[in-house]
Amino acid sequence: MANSDNNRRKFMATTLQSVGLTALGGLLWSGYCDEAKASPLVLRPPGALPEEQFLDVCIKCGLCAEACANRESNKNRDGTQREGTLKMAKGGDHKLIGTPYFIPRDVPCYMCDDIPCVPVCPSEALDMKSLLNEKEELDINKAQMGLAVVHKESCVAFWGLQCDACYRACPLLDEAITLEYQKNERTGKHAFLLPVVHSDVCTGCGLCEKACITEKPAIFVLPREHSMGKAGDHYVKGWDTKDQQRAGERKLDEIETHNERSQQAPSDYLNREIEY
Amino acid sequence: MALNRRDFLKSAAAATAASAVGIAVPSNLEASANEAQKDWRWDKAACRFCGTGCGIMLATKEGRIVAVKGDPAAPVNRGLNCIKGYFNAKIMYGADRLKTPLLRMNDKGEFDKKGKFKPVSWQRAFDEMEKHAKKALKASGPEGVAVFASGQYTVMEGYAAQKMMKGGFRSNAIDPNARHCMASAVVGFYQTFGIDEPSGCYDDIEITDTIVTWGSNMAEMHPILWSRVTDRKLSNPDKVKVVNIQTYTHRTCDLGDFNIIFSPSTDLAIWNYIAHEIVFNHPEAIDWDFVKENIVFTAGPTNIGYGMRRAGEKSLKDGKYTAKEMETISKEMEKKVSAKEAPALAPYGYKEGDTMKHTAGTLKHWHISFEEYKKSLEPFTLDYVAKIAKGDPNESIESFKKKLKDLAAFYIEKDRKVVSFWTMGMNQHTRGTWVNTLSYNVHFLLNKQALPGNGAFSLTGQPSACGTAREVGTFCHRLPADMMVKNPKHRAKAEKTWGLPAGTLNPVGNQHIMKIHRDIEDGVVKFAWVNVCNAYQDSASASHWIKAAREMDNFIVTSDGYPGISAMVSDLVLPSAMIYEKWGAYGNAERRTQHWRQQVLPVGDAMSDTWQWMEFSKRFTVQDLWGEYTLRNGKKLPNVIEDAKKLGYKEDTTMYEILYKNKGKEYKLDTSKFPQKGYDNSDCAGDSRKVLGGDGKEAKGCGFMVHEYLFEEYASFGRGHGHDLAPFEVYHKVRGLKWPVVDGKETQWRFNVKYDPYAAKAVKESGSKSTHAFYGPLAKNLLQGTLTGPDKSKGKKALKNKAKIFARPYMDPPEMPDENYDTWLCTGRVLEHWHSGTMTMRVPELFRAVPEALCYMNPKDAKAKGVKRGELVWVESRRGKVKARVETRGRNRPPQGLVFVPWFDEKVFINKVCLDATCPMSKQTDYKKCAVKITKA
Repeated sequence: MANSDNNRRKFMATTLQSVGLTALGGLLWSGYCDEAKASPLVLRPPGALPEEQFLDVCIKCGLCAEACANRESNKNRDGTQREGTLKMAKGGDHKLIGTPYFIPRDVPCYMCDDIPCVPVCPSEALDMKSLLNEKEELDINKAQMGLAVVHKESCVAFWGLQCDACYRACPLLDEAITLEYQKNERTGKHAFLLPVVHSDVCTGCGLCEKACITEKPAIFVLPREHSMGKAGDHYVKGWDTKDQQRAGERKLDEIETHNERSQQAPSDYLNREIEY
Repeated sequence: MALNRRDFLKSAAAATAASAVGIAVPSNLEASANEAQKDWRWDKAACRFCGTGCGIMLATKEGRIVAVKGDPAAPVNRGLNCIKGYFNAKIMYGADRLKTPLLRMNDKGEFDKKGKFKPVSWQRAFDEMEKHAKKALKASGPEGVAVFASGQYTVMEGYAAQKMMKGGFRSNAIDPNARHCMASAVVGFYQTFGIDEPSGCYDDIEITDTIVTWGSNMAEMHPILWSRVTDRKLSNPDKVKVVNIQTYTHRTCDLGDFNIIFSPSTDLAIWNYIAHEIVFNHPEAIDWDFVKENIVFTAGPTNIGYGMRRAGEKSLKDGKYTAKEMETISKEMEKKVSAKEAPALAPYGYKEGDTMKHTAGTLKHWHISFEEYKKSLEPFTLDYVAKIAKGDPNESIESFKKKLKDLAAFYIEKDRKVVSFWTMGMNQHTRGTWVNTLSYNVHFLLNKQALPGNGAFSLTGQPSACGTAREVGTFCHRLPADMMVKNPKHRAKAEKTWGLPAGTLNPVGNQHIMKIHRDIEDGVVKFAWVNVCNAYQDSASASHWIKAAREMDNFIVTSDGYPGISAMVSDLVLPSAMIYEKWGAYGNAERRTQHWRQQVLPVGDAMSDTWQWMEFSKRFTVQDLWGEYTLRNGKKLPNVIEDAKKLGYKEDTTMYEILYKNKGKEYKLDTSKFPQKGYDNSDCAGDSRKVLGGDGKEAKGCGFMVHEYLFEEYASFGRGHGHDLAPFEVYHKVRGLKWPVVDGKETQWRFNVKYDPYAAKAVKESGSKSTHAFYGPLAKNLLQGTLTGPDKSKGKKALKNKAKIFARPYMDPPEMPDENYDTWLCTGRVLEHWHSGTMTMRVPELFRAVPEALCYMNPKDAKAKGVKRGELVWVESRRGKVKARVETRGRNRPPQGLVFVPWFDEKVFINKVCLDATCPMSKQTDYKKCAVKITKA
């Protein structure tokens, strides 16, 4: 315990140092603004509010990162502490200074069952409620830190090689990542075993990105707003009874569409003479 | 000509594919490919890793391997690889390659067992080896000099090592790590077929309708074959069925139509249940024409122990084993028949509570009648087998029974083709030989063996467990091509071929790999050399062997590419040339022999194991080795020095001259001709590094084509005996050939008259009309009797060209969970790492993917023991404990009551925990079951 208190003090000191420094002068402040804009592709801890809100609410106290580093499951065999998943952004990290983030290729989120980083958050920037399951228990599977995406051209599984390292590394194996089997017509006797990520299950923990065996990972986690598209909610898959949920409630006052072609009132349009 | 990257990749791939299959390449495409790769030289090789035997192509540039690709012309993998194969180009280039010999020395530069490793010359290294080997010979005779050999030796290395050990030192104490991986399969083959290695081939996968895996995580351990299984399933998903049978859920289960989780060791009962179902409930499914023509029924003793140490052995008497260890070891001498096994043992005359007195494992067996065999099956009803075999406490008995019935139905269904694959689950088993033979029983009764798409098929673990360990015979009891050291005719043949005086070879071959470890601990073996394996990480009860190596009066040498546990335990470490730094050949699981040329010069002063053996052999003369010896069992090896002189040798003729040079010099070095032209040959011609050799002078090579010589001489043993190999040169032109290669043609299905010329010949000779001939010659003349024993008065009966069905019951393993050690421990491998990880842990990408071995545990067990995912636990047995991180999710999902820990990670040294019990017949260690307790660390 003494050790962890000690660590905590040290940790707080460095974090406060960097936060304190930013308040000191205009030069540093402009650096702070640059960093704030620099990287929207930052991955936040489980339960983090949407990025804009998160930045408003997070008080940059570092308790989440401290809980992550000090958790029981983060010890080496000799009792020393491993590097935690969560880091607090410092100058030069190209993240908003003092906010928690993680880089999965270095240290992914191990998806601890008790999620030690979240209950310690004093400001609710990490929102416990978003991580509760039906039984009102903390459930790390509800986390949406990001979404893994596969770059098919560099993924060796799409070359036909037998890899699936990401699939095997996935804590939600066969749910967040499944394998799609396809015949390899070139060889005539082998199958492709292709990783497919499911956005409704993937938590963005990044264990897949860490495990990926290509030089630069062919599977990587991005914040969900950057890794997902969105189909129109005016269309519902006729073959999928649940798809209406995706479409959700359409706002009736937004039903009317507007664009360049429709911007003129009909009479204005009609009163333009046609050239002939 | 400007080529963008995309064009380059496209044209290079097309050109390679085309040249590999002999298609003419449009000349402009060829030109652009040459342009792009003008300084890359591509040549074919075999993958370094598993027994699948994928073909690869290697690119070299300025003496370094720069790239690898799957060989599109290789029939096994057609250009594909798994992720270990993907990294073949990187495995030789870890920054900590061993580059010079290292000897433990004191400050004065003298050898000191407690000293630190310091660099020495090759000359000094061989001086020390010579001194200590001679000391060991003097103290213990040939039984005191041992080699931990390998299923990863090239064919030539294995053959060179075996000649010097068996022919030179007259020691049979050479045994490969393949003992830990294949021995039960081998004894299964010998007992059933009278000859080693599978009848089928990988083509079975594309032809069969049913793939059943038994104790095999094929998806991780044989990924390329698994992609062929997956393709087969895709081709007809309704018809083709996949069933997986194992003690925990793993990657392979993903494709299963259903998966059976059984309680450790009860695979014996499940095989017998299927046979019971055939014989008692579906007798019409038995192909009596086939069975009567080709099969006999046999039985052997059941009270054979568990291959552990026996009472009276020195280290037991010396108290080197704790009281806790003795709780298990005492079962080697006798045990009480348990309630679980009693019904299965009833036909053999045992009942619950009886004391079963064990005699050491024996290969004996005898004829019995079909009625007797049927009697042995009687206990294996659905109720009994379901009761003892259900491995997941949370599965209902009804669900389990249904799976057993469905499984039996797939085997029995007329016209449904079935392949049974297995790997370590059935081999690393205290009844490994039994369970191997039980698999053939089912296939034989149904006439579903040695037919395209039908058969029981043992998947090999190592790249040349078949090619080298088995075919070359680097086991303590074997000689090349299925010959045995105990057979005087076989010894005579080897002596003649090797140019040895009659009587040189030692007829006692019992120093299998665990026996070598035990002999070191008993102080008998005083010199041991580790070749191409990691004997001190890969053996169970590891602490005993390490303590013996470090603390007793002996000299341990390890030759390796990288430093690992074995090197750390050693007194002398030798830097070995790695795979593509030497000429070589491997033989895969489907009898396919594949050769490659030396692609690059070795790193540092590393030299090949073949070269090391030749240099070592120069240190020993006729006078040194061929005098009289008395073995431990009292048998005498005669003095053959005078006979040696009659063969023209002198007392000071070296073993190098006798074993390698005399006949080897007929094989000329000719760098103007294929396949030598343009390729390095460090062993034969030296190289630009000008390494100083064993005599302190520049190593200029032996001066003849030793690789071709060793291969051709070895091949001469098998030609004409069902093991025919093609000429050396041919293998450099083709993508491997499945032996027997007769009249230039390979053999797909052995023992089948339609495909195997040896079977056709046997049938012709015997005048039978049979579709098959199981012509293996071993143990083909047997006594007759009942389940309880032979009746000598009835005399022996021959069974030429026949195979055997064995009556063999279920029995408990020697150590099972109890109140103190309440959990089964199963160990194994992961796709990312090869064995003890000496190569793959140095590939940054593979290390990052799986940096440590985890303890896979059922979430309910973790909860009950108060540990969370990611936390450290002690995994502790009667022998030792290790700390490992708990994983309750992911690829391996054990049922409650079992944990799985892979063994690749030297930091999670799980073999300190494992028990060195073996199949008492095959001597293969059972790494799949012992009892542990799990506590929070």
